[in-house]
Amino acid sequence: MPPVALELAYIVSGALFILGLKRLTSPATARSGNGLAAAAMLLAAVATLLDRSIVSWTTVVVALLVGTLIGVLLARLVKMTDMPQLVAIFNGFGGGASALVASAEFLRTTQTGTEPGLLVGITVAIGVLVGTVTFSGSFIAYGKLQGVVTGKPVTWPFQRTLNLLLFLGLVGVAVWMVVGPPDSALLGVLAALAFILGTFLVLPIGGADMPVVVSLLNSYSGLAASAAGFAIGNPLLVLAGALVGAAGLILTQIMCKAMNRSLANVAFGAFGGGGTAAVEDGDRTVRRTSPEEVALLLAYARTVVFVPGYGMAVAQAQHELKKLMDLLRERGVEVTFAIHPVAGRMPGHMNVLLAESDVPYDLLKDMDDANPAFQRTDVTVVVGANDVVNPLAREPDSAIAGMPILDVDHSAHVVIIKRSLSPGFAGLDNPLFYQEGSMMLFMDAKEALGALAREVKEA
Amino acid sequence: MGELILGLYVFVLATLVGFEVITKVPPTLHTPLMSGANATSGITLIGALLVAGSGIGDRWVTLLAGVAVAMATVNVVGGYLVTDRMLQMFRKD
Repeated sequence: MPPVALELAYIVSGALFILGLKRLTSPATARSGNGLAAAAMLLAAVATLLDRSIVSWTTVVVALLVGTLIGVLLARLVKMTDMPQLVAIFNGFGGGASALVASAEFLRTTQTGTEPGLLVGITVAIGVLVGTVTFSGSFIAYGKLQGVVTGKPVTWPFQRTLNLLLFLGLVGVAVWMVVGPPDSALLGVLAALAFILGTFLVLPIGGADMPVVVSLLNSYSGLAASAAGFAIGNPLLVLAGALVGAAGLILTQIMCKAMNRSLANVAFGAFGGGGTAAVEDGDRTVRRTSPEEVALLLAYARTVVFVPGYGMAVAQAQHELKKLMDLLRERGVEVTFAIHPVAGRMPGHMNVLLAESDVPYDLLKDMDDANPAFQRTDVTVVVGANDVVNPLAREPDSAIAGMPILDVDHSAHVVIIKRSLSPGFAGLDNPLFYQEGSMMLFMDAKEALGALAREVKEA
Repeated sequence: MGELILGLYVFVLATLVGFEVITKVPPTLHTPLMSGANATSGITLIGALLVAGSGIGDRWVTLLAGVAVAMATVNVVGGYLVTDRMLQMFRKD
């Protein structure tokens, strides 16, 4: 393939990436948008393989086959509830690949005897830095989501100071690598420091903040690809990487806004460590209820809203929820779902799970649409959500002050399905449980919804 | 320096295009958008292919670039497939 044809193929591919991304933002066109982006990737890859500069085939073919096999297996076998983990793994792979590309380019240049210019040096350093941070950060995030690493914030003394020193050290090594004589050992030092930094940056962040972390790492993986593109002088990498960087940043912003916190606060706040938690004492009582009682309430209600949270994902209760929804709708009850932007462990987590169990997406209401409707709601059922429905957020001096919440307490009855009275992730007590009109159904979410469905059938 | 400036043009404009194109995403699509964008960050595959296939450099270069090809391929293939799997589940009432 002549060089001009390759460049043209890259331009077409870049345009398709933009169109694909655009289509991914509307439910009706999203699937074709994803297809367009995949086609763009295929076009770019095939054109590259046909290019004359590819002369050494064994490694390329073996690596492509291995990667395809692993990718297909992971994508086919993953359970929808494990999607946040998979996204984290893929992120890590993307970031790691970019770091390796930048490293290999640096080595290749030094070995041909040419001095890597200032430009190559700087972009290699950035590529290795961002790519490796994405890699190690994503795998710590994976560990936290999978439960291999504790979901609680991990803190140690002088954490911020240490991270700052680490970062300054990284910059120092990078500068040395760029201005000093080319030395591949420095590359290793840079990668090792970046690996530690990525680990240290994600360890202090707690489970409930994962939606922010996952989208931020997504943004980083794009920036790493862009940096690798600068290093090897390929505009398509720069373009696609920048698009992903922007997309990830937008999602990160949405997530931060939904928690009323700044990015810096999430990154350095080590939220949920306690200390500021204002747990009131006193002999307040909760009202326990039974599946029979709740089933009667639901069966004879006009409007019912379900509020799913991470607990639903853990219990894998989305299919039972859908069955209950069907039974209620058959009886003429108007059922909707109110979904907080940070419910779950990644942006849109609940939506994916409910889509999996075949709940139509137009029944899923976001916070702005759901909140005014609670006043007209007969029964709200909270399934495994806690902090996103905690009225303490309205108190100016609570730890979650100002976080927008779902106003479930405005509905006539609130049923909270929860295994125990344990506090949510933020470590805060939830006054909602003790409010008049609130009822606690102390059961596992899956069992509770199954029992409710049986009772509603008989009601 | 011409290459750097060209790259910066592309970077800045693509970032702005990204912001413009993705302003309003319904929450239903947050996960697929993230996962599809994530697959797209596997574009680094192209760079990996170019370096791995060039035959320039020693064994280390080939090894690093080869691992990069494999990792990027996992990212690309797995990412687009799983996004498609998610999107085919979404239906309207």
